[in-house]
Amino acid sequence: MLTSSKLPSRLGAIAFAVAASLIGTTVQATDITGAGSSFVYPVISKWSAAYAEKTGNHINYQSIGSGGGIAQIQAGTVDFGASDMPLKAKDLSKFGLGQFPDVIGGIVPAFNVAGIQPGALVLDGPTLADIYLGKITSWNDPAIAKLNPGTHLPSSKIYVVHRSDGSGTSFNFTDYLSKVSAEWKSKVGEGTAVQWPTGIGGKGNEGVSAYVKQIPNSIGYVEYAYAVQNKLGYAKMKNAAGNVVEPTIASFQAAANTADWKSAKDFNLLMTDAPGADAWPITATSWVIMYKTPKNAANTKVAFDFFKYAYEQGQDAARALYYVPLPTSLVQQIENYWATEYKK
Amino acid sequence: MSAISAEPLPRDTEHRSRTDARHDLLFRFLLRFCALLVLAALLGAALATLWGGRDVLFKDGLHFLFSSEWNPVENKFGALAPIAGTLITSLIALVLAVPVSFGIALFLTEIAPRWMRGPVSSAIELLAAIPSIIYGMWGLFVFVPFMANTIEPTLNDTLGNIPVIGALFQGPPLGLGLLTAGIVLAVMILPFISSVMREVFQTVPARLKESSYALGSTTWEVVWDIVLPYTRSAVIGGIFLGLGRALGETMAVTFVLGNSYNLTASLLMPGTSISSSIANEFNEAVDLHRSALIALGFLLFVVTFIVLLVARFMLRQLARREGR
Repeated sequence: MLTSSKLPSRLGAIAFAVAASLIGTTVQATDITGAGSSFVYPVISKWSAAYAEKTGNHINYQSIGSGGGIAQIQAGTVDFGASDMPLKAKDLSKFGLGQFPDVIGGIVPAFNVAGIQPGALVLDGPTLADIYLGKITSWNDPAIAKLNPGTHLPSSKIYVVHRSDGSGTSFNFTDYLSKVSAEWKSKVGEGTAVQWPTGIGGKGNEGVSAYVKQIPNSIGYVEYAYAVQNKLGYAKMKNAAGNVVEPTIASFQAAANTADWKSAKDFNLLMTDAPGADAWPITATSWVIMYKTPKNAANTKVAFDFFKYAYEQGQDAARALYYVPLPTSLVQQIENYWATEYKK
Repeated sequence: MSAISAEPLPRDTEHRSRTDARHDLLFRFLLRFCALLVLAALLGAALATLWGGRDVLFKDGLHFLFSSEWNPVENKFGALAPIAGTLITSLIALVLAVPVSFGIALFLTEIAPRWMRGPVSSAIELLAAIPSIIYGMWGLFVFVPFMANTIEPTLNDTLGNIPVIGALFQGPPLGLGLLTAGIVLAVMILPFISSVMREVFQTVPARLKESSYALGSTTWEVVWDIVLPYTRSAVIGGIFLGLGRALGETMAVTFVLGNSYNLTASLLMPGTSISSSIANEFNEAVDLHRSALIALGFLLFVVTFIVLLVARFMLRQLARREGR
């Protein structure tokens, strides 16, 4: 009796151990892949390092550009794509995809004019559009002077700097100009790359930063982090509510809070020209794109867990890199969206 | 022992020659395969870029070549600005690099003391080993401010005032632009041209040069009438090697060219080139935009091919004039 009962139990123990080790390795080896936007690459890599330490799951994110990210998720070669442009409802439903925002960032006009301190220049949307249209060509133009009473503005020519590569930064910037200037909308429009009426192109945020630093009397636009790290002169902006705001994490978050997310289907909303009293007008986000019916259920589950971790515990990491974590109300809305739209 | 190995059996020789012939045949096939591999790769790349660019080429046809509009928002693409930028920067590079290379090569073969030749020519060849991204960064952070503060204001005040060509040298002293890109390219292709020239100048028989000196020629006369005619075709080959490099150079040009699609008469204004347009925009390009960029790649093939064809033609004309 004793021996016969002992044997199966020992076999059972071995089987259990083998099974456990198998399950153990599969859990440890879940490597999920993502591709797309270079805008979110720094924060995703920071989150994924912390997440891997905590759970053992690795997130392999390739910063190949939004267009590439969309192509890869449509081809099903990655577990999630990331794009600086939201997909239209039509394109989402065609491929059975869903999308949600991941993190927020600000885009700031940066200038280099001798005698004007960082933050001492105020611009508004129409003026910025006219500068980029080549209609306002000198720093002491009446339109700029009106916004900056008491500031001594030189009569020198304005050198316009834009991005030469296709980028989400340009997309959000041109979207903002299209919203505030009818002429910009009809003549140039919005896109990751557009036909710039004037100016010189720098490759990447670093290229634009370098040009603005080197060319006196120039103006450009860069992600907030680059303006801070390169100590560029940034301009304050007059927002949609008519208030002059500084580019700060608080004003970016105000834009995210006041943007009308509730009525945006599939979060298809650009936060530029947000209505809030303290909102920074050129605030941007990027979107994570995933299949609603997962192609690989185990990986998709980890991906959701990763973004949940990022929303709930990755806020400090985001702030350290000058990104803004999503507001709690938006995170709540995203988690509802997951529950209703995605099959797990 | 030695007697045996000196006179091998007749059957053995026959066997040896038969295997030799077989090896020879195999070797010939191998060589032909190597050569064909290059041709196949070239043809494949050209056809692949043509195929990738078919959308924009079918849609716009020749208009793609002659339009200077580049509007990704409205899907209107014209390659004139990148083609012009590529040709202009390469031409500036050649105009600057050829005389300097010629001087370097002559100095090293005819004039320099023997102890100096080794170090100087190694230094020039080291220029060729610098990655192009380093040239780009040097161009942007060191050379562009120098152009903006010193050279371009001077050009504006001097050459800019001459009636016809003045328009070429007038413009805001940005430091970035076609001229700066051309100068950076000149530095990059200098080692290629000068090392080819130096090599071929060394092949001129000393007899010819010494005879000329004996007849009372100056160094310049020896160079111009003896050395250069003797090596002419190889020198032109070296120049076109440099030109090929200049036409396709990407990173260094992207950094200092200014990347603007607006065509202007001034060399001080920013422009764009075929390869830098592709490098800049390929990441985020979709659909027709992507097709237009691939078609640009095909055009670079065509431009390079035409340049090589012109070089061949020039060489043939030279040979005919000499009655060879």
